[in-house]
Amino acid sequence: MDYIIEMLDITKEFPGIIANDHITLQIKKGEIHALLGENGAGKSTLMSVLFGLYQPEGGCIKVRGKEVKINNPLDANALGIGMVHQHFKLVHNFTVLQNIVLGNEDTKHGLLEMKAAREKVMALSERYHLAVDPDAQIQDITVGMQQRVEILKMLYRDNDILIFDEPTAVLTPQEIDELMNIMKELVSEGKSIIFITHKLNEIKAVADRCSVLRRGKYIGTVDVAETDKQALSEMMVGHKVNLTVDKEAAKPGEVVLSVEGLTVKDKKQGHTKDIIKNVSFEVREGEIVCIAGIDGNGQTELVEAVTGMIHADEGSIRVKGEDVTKKSIRYRNTHGMSHIPEDRHKHGLVLDYSLEENLVLQDYFEKRFQNHGFIRRDAVNAYANELIEKFDIRSGQGAVTKARSMSGGNQQKAIIARELSKNPKILVAVQPTRGLDVGAIEFIHSQIVKERDAGAGVLLVSLELDEVMNLSDRILVIYEGEIVADLDPKETTVQELGLYMAGSKKQEGR
Amino acid sequence: MKKKIDSIGFMSSLFAIIVGLLVGFVILLVSNPADAGAGFVTILTGPLTHGSKGVGQVFYYATPIILTGLSVGFAFKTGLFNIGASGQFIVGAFAAVVVGIKGEAFGSAQWVVALLAAVLAGAVWGAIPGLVKAYFNVNEVIACIMTNYIGMYLVNYLVSTNKDLYDKIHNYSKSVANTANIPKMGLDKVFEGSSVNGGFFIAVITAVVIFILLEKTTFGYELKAAGFNKDASKYAGMNEKRNIILSMAIAGALSGMAGALLYLAGSGKHIEIVDSLAAEGFTGISVALLGLSNPIGVLLAGIFIAYITAGGFYLQLLNFSTEIIDIIIAVIIYFSAFSLFVRVFITQLKKRREEKQEGGKK
Repeated sequence: MDYIIEMLDITKEFPGIIANDHITLQIKKGEIHALLGENGAGKSTLMSVLFGLYQPEGGCIKVRGKEVKINNPLDANALGIGMVHQHFKLVHNFTVLQNIVLGNEDTKHGLLEMKAAREKVMALSERYHLAVDPDAQIQDITVGMQQRVEILKMLYRDNDILIFDEPTAVLTPQEIDELMNIMKELVSEGKSIIFITHKLNEIKAVADRCSVLRRGKYIGTVDVAETDKQALSEMMVGHKVNLTVDKEAAKPGEVVLSVEGLTVKDKKQGHTKDIIKNVSFEVREGEIVCIAGIDGNGQTELVEAVTGMIHADEGSIRVKGEDVTKKSIRYRNTHGMSHIPEDRHKHGLVLDYSLEENLVLQDYFEKRFQNHGFIRRDAVNAYANELIEKFDIRSGQGAVTKARSMSGGNQQKAIIARELSKNPKILVAVQPTRGLDVGAIEFIHSQIVKERDAGAGVLLVSLELDEVMNLSDRILVIYEGEIVADLDPKETTVQELGLYMAGSKKQEGR
Repeated sequence: MKKKIDSIGFMSSLFAIIVGLLVGFVILLVSNPADAGAGFVTILTGPLTHGSKGVGQVFYYATPIILTGLSVGFAFKTGLFNIGASGQFIVGAFAAVVVGIKGEAFGSAQWVVALLAAVLAGAVWGAIPGLVKAYFNVNEVIACIMTNYIGMYLVNYLVSTNKDLYDKIHNYSKSVANTANIPKMGLDKVFEGSSVNGGFFIAVITAVVIFILLEKTTFGYELKAAGFNKDASKYAGMNEKRNIILSMAIAGALSGMAGALLYLAGSGKHIEIVDSLAAEGFTGISVALLGLSNPIGVLLAGIFIAYITAGGFYLQLLNFSTEIIDIIIAVIIYFSAFSLFVRVFITQLKKRREEKQEGGKK
C-alpha cells in the first residue's frame, strides 16, 4: 500500500499518564486525513512525535516506506513534514516575505538575497490562490492571512506532508470556507494533509479519511464519506452524544440585567472613537440572550463594562433593579453576577494555583472558607471535591492538581463549576465552549440551559454561529459597538444573521 | 507533588552553591596555588574553628540579611521586585537610632519602641513605590531605586545636621542608649564573645510569620494570586491597588526591621555618613534568589551566606583578599538565577536514572 507516513504502534508516556498508547496512524499520499479526538486524547502529542518534538518510548515512524528517526523539527523538515501550529509562530513587525524566508534565507557575499525568494513566494501564492501581499507587515494583516503565511512557509520549504493543528479555531466562517478550498487545492497538487480538529462539520467537508483517538488510545480509522457525524462523535467520545441543544422554550420572567445607554470610549491615546455606542438591552430571568457578532466589534468591552473590569463612560447597568454601574467587581461577584471569561488563562484561572484554590477564587474570604483570616484548607478541599464530583472535572491528582497541568476542557469545567455554584441571578458567559471538544461542549451547553431553567438570566457572547443559533432564546447582533438587531433564533436564518453581523443590514429604529 | 518540586528547588540551590565554591577554588588556585587548599578549607570551616564565638558571629551576620532577604522574597511572591530594600533598611535604621538615642524615657521597653519605629518607617518607605505603582502605574523598580537614594541622602542629612544624633569626630551617628540594644536573650552565654543577640530569634520568628502569612491566610492567598496572575486576581474582585501598596509596605517593614536589628545589636555599629547604599539591601536580593523566595529557604540561605562571608574574613590570615568571597557569592547567585535551567537538568537526570533502574530490573 502506498502510505506516505506510517506511525506504527507509537507509545509516549508522561509522568502519570500514557498520552499515546500503541497508536497507529497511516496517511496515504494525496489525502486529507483528519485526526479527531477530544482535548487530551493525545492528538497533539502524536503530532509532536511526528514533528520531532518528543521521542516516543515505543513504535516506529516510516516516511515513504523507509523507517526514520526524527530527533527534532529540522529532521522533520528535511523529510518534507511541515506544520501550521495552532498559535502562529510569526514575527509581528516583519513583512510576510521576511517571515517566510526566516531561518532559510539566501545570502550573497553575506548579504540577504531576497529576489529569488520573492519570486518563489509569489509563484506559490498564485498557484494556490493565496493572494498574500509579500510586503505587508504581519501585525497589519488579518488572522486568516497570517495563517496563509504559515502555509506559505511550509510550501516555501517544499514540504509535501502538511500538518494543520486546529487551524479553524481562530477563523471567521468565511475564512474557514476559504481555508477548506486551499486545503483541497493543496491535495490536488499532490500534497498530503493531516488535519487535527474536533469539529465534525469540517471533517465532513474536506477530509477523505479520519482516524479517531480517545484518551490516548487508537479507536479506528474510517472513510469519511461513508460515516455520519453522529457515528464520528460517538467514536470520539465513547458514548452517544447530543449534537443539538436540548431545551424547552424559554419562560422569561422579570428583568435581571438592564443596560441603558452604555458608552465606552477608547482609552488609547489619539483615539476618540467610542467602542460601545449608547447600547441598551435587557436580559430577563429564564432566558439566554446571545450577543452575536464578528470578533472585535465591541463584545469584549461590553462584557468588561457589565462585569466591572472597565468603567462605563456613560450609561447605567442594573442587576435586579439595583444600579451597579459604580460598584466594584467584588460587589457584582457577590451580588448575583457570575462571569465565565473569554480568556480562561488570562482571567479565569491562576494557573500556578491548585484546582481547589482556583475553585474558591471568588469565595475564599467567605466565612465557610476562612477563620480569622486563616484559610480553612479542609473546608476548601471538601468543597472542591464536591464540585469535582458534580461537574466531573478530571485531573491528575484531584483537588491539589495545578491548574496549569489540566486539559483545556477541564480547566473550563472548573471555571463553570465555580461560576454556576454561586447560583447567579445573571450569568455572563463569553465564548464558554471555545476550543473545546464535542463532549465538553455538550456538557457546558446543558449546564447553561439548566441554569436558565433554574431562573437565571444568561448573557452569552459567542462567535460560533452554531452555538448562537442553538443555545440562545434571543439574539442581539452587535456591529461596531452598536446593537443592530434583536432577533428570534427560530424566525431567522444564518444568512440573515450574517448580513446583520457584517453591517450590511440594520433593524429599523436602531 | 508539592514536596517533589520543593526538593528539586533545594537541589538547584545546592547545585548553584557547589558551582560557586568550585569557581572560588579556581580563583584561589590562580592567585596563590600554594595556599589554595588551605584557603578553601578556611572558607568552608573558618567559622567553626574559632569556637562558639565564630558560630555566634555567623548568626549575627545572618540576622539583617535574613530580613532583607525576606523583604525581597515576599515582594517576589506577590509579583513585585523590591530593589528598594537598601533605602528601607537605612530609613528603618535611622528611626531605630533616633528612638535609641532620644527615647530613654521608655526605659527597658526602649528597644521594643525603637524596633517598632523602624518597622513603621520601613513600611512607609516601602509603601511609596507601592503607591506610585498602584495609582500612577510607575514601575516599582524605578521608584525603588529612587527611594534608595532619597533614603540614603535624607538619613545622611538628618543625622549630620542634628547635634543630638551626630558624632562629629567619627562622622557617624552617636551610640544608642544601653536600654535600646536588643537583649541577648541568653545567646551571649551560648556563643561567648560574639555579637549575636536576640535579634536572631526575632528574624527566625519573622520568617515563620511570613511563611504562615503567605501559605495559610486569605491575605497571602490574595497576594500570591496577584503575583501569579494579576488579571485573574482583578477578575476575581481582589483589590489590586490595595494589595500592591500593602505588599510593598510589608516588604519595607521587613527591611526596616533589618536596619533596626543591625544598629541596635550593641556591637558598636553606627550610621556612617557616606554616599553609598547599604549593602545589606542588595545582599537581600541574593538571599531571596538563593532561598527561592520561600521564607524558610530565605532563612537557610541567609545563614549560609553569612557563614561563607564569615569564612571569608579568616581567609585574610592566609593573605587572600576577602573579595574572593564576594565573587563566590556572586557566582552562586548567578547560578541560582539559572534555577529554572538547573531544575530541568535535574529532572532529566532523575528521569534518566529511573529509566536505567527500570532497565536493570528487566
